[in-house]
Amino acid sequence: MSGIGKVQDCGTKGRMDTNDSLRVASLWHSMHAISQQLSPVNGCSGIELLQADTFDLHCFQSLPGTKFFVVCEPGTPHMESLLRYIYELYTDYVLKNPFYEIEMPIRCELFDINLSQAVLSDRVALLGR
Amino acid sequence: MIGVGKMKQYSNVLDKPLSKGKQEVSLSAFAFLFSELVQYNQTQVDNIAELERRLEDAGYAVGSRVLELLCNREKGNRRETRLLGILSFVHSTVWKVLFGKVADSLEKGTEHEDEYMISEKELLVNRFISIPKDMGTFNCGAFVAGIVKGVLDNAGFPAVVTAHFVPIEGQQRPRTTILIKFADEVSISTSLYMIYLYLEKLNLSPGLPTSIHAAQVLKREARLSQ
Repeated sequence: MSGIGKVQDCGTKGRMDTNDSLRVASLWHSMHAISQQLSPVNGCSGIELLQADTFDLHCFQSLPGTKFFVVCEPGTPHMESLLRYIYELYTDYVLKNPFYEIEMPIRCELFDINLSQAVLSDRVALLGR
Repeated sequence: MIGVGKMKQYSNVLDKPLSKGKQEVSLSAFAFLFSELVQYNQTQVDNIAELERRLEDAGYAVGSRVLELLCNREKGNRRETRLLGILSFVHSTVWKVLFGKVADSLEKGTEHEDEYMISEKELLVNRFISIPKDMGTFNCGAFVAGIVKGVLDNAGFPAVVTAHFVPIEGQQRPRTTILIKFADEVSISTSLYMIYLYLEKLNLSPGLPTSIHAAQVLKREARLSQ
């Protein structure tokens, strides 16, 4: 899984520019893979939650291995269900779109619209650092 | 087929009535299939107009079959002979069977005589599709336009059918309009049919009027009835 599909910055607290976002995404991809190897127990599926003092990072991995992660303020509730909902939006508005090429950046209007609505309606402050 | 009591046993499988089949299909399955149809056709063409044409042709095949099927199932093999009849057939029956609901609206065009419009807030086939900006006004609803064309052509009402996005004030997503422009033969045959009905009312012999005499009779009757 080498493509980085989409980074949405909905933050009110901080902003991440495109380069930073790409850096975080590729760094996260490698960390996720390493963590699967590091685990003392077999059958580890990778990092699900990273807690730092200024932010939380929740990660959701789908069956084919596509990773969705959200960076938010520490202690924000319901991030898992948000990620699952975003995955649903992905399967609907991206994968069923004939004009989307796999592994390319996502430029689907319907996906963007619904993603913004989902984030706004949750009233979450996403922190980018 | 509503079964009351035991199912009838048929000795010959050909005697069994045709079942209505499953009325519903998974939306996701259809969406993936339609997406593949569009993607496949994209590889076969050089430009957008050709892609639209191909989607229309694919829809045309569906339309002609749907007309046969529905005439048999819903209308008892009766043929529709009136323009408004076939339009409301498309707007209600065909839409209900294909998309699970009747179309949002059916309107007559204001600019031209033979133009009609079926509008939908969002076509089912377009539900998950976002058109990239560089494709301009392309609409995958060309497939649905093809279906309508297939129905109309095979019912004896040849028409040019196209699908358009219509932006609406205050709404983010545009509505879709299926524009139906009937060929000249349709308006001529419609007028002839009206004359035929009128003559029948006057108890003149049936058959399409071709003589000047018939036209004179009509004129006289019109003057007398004023």
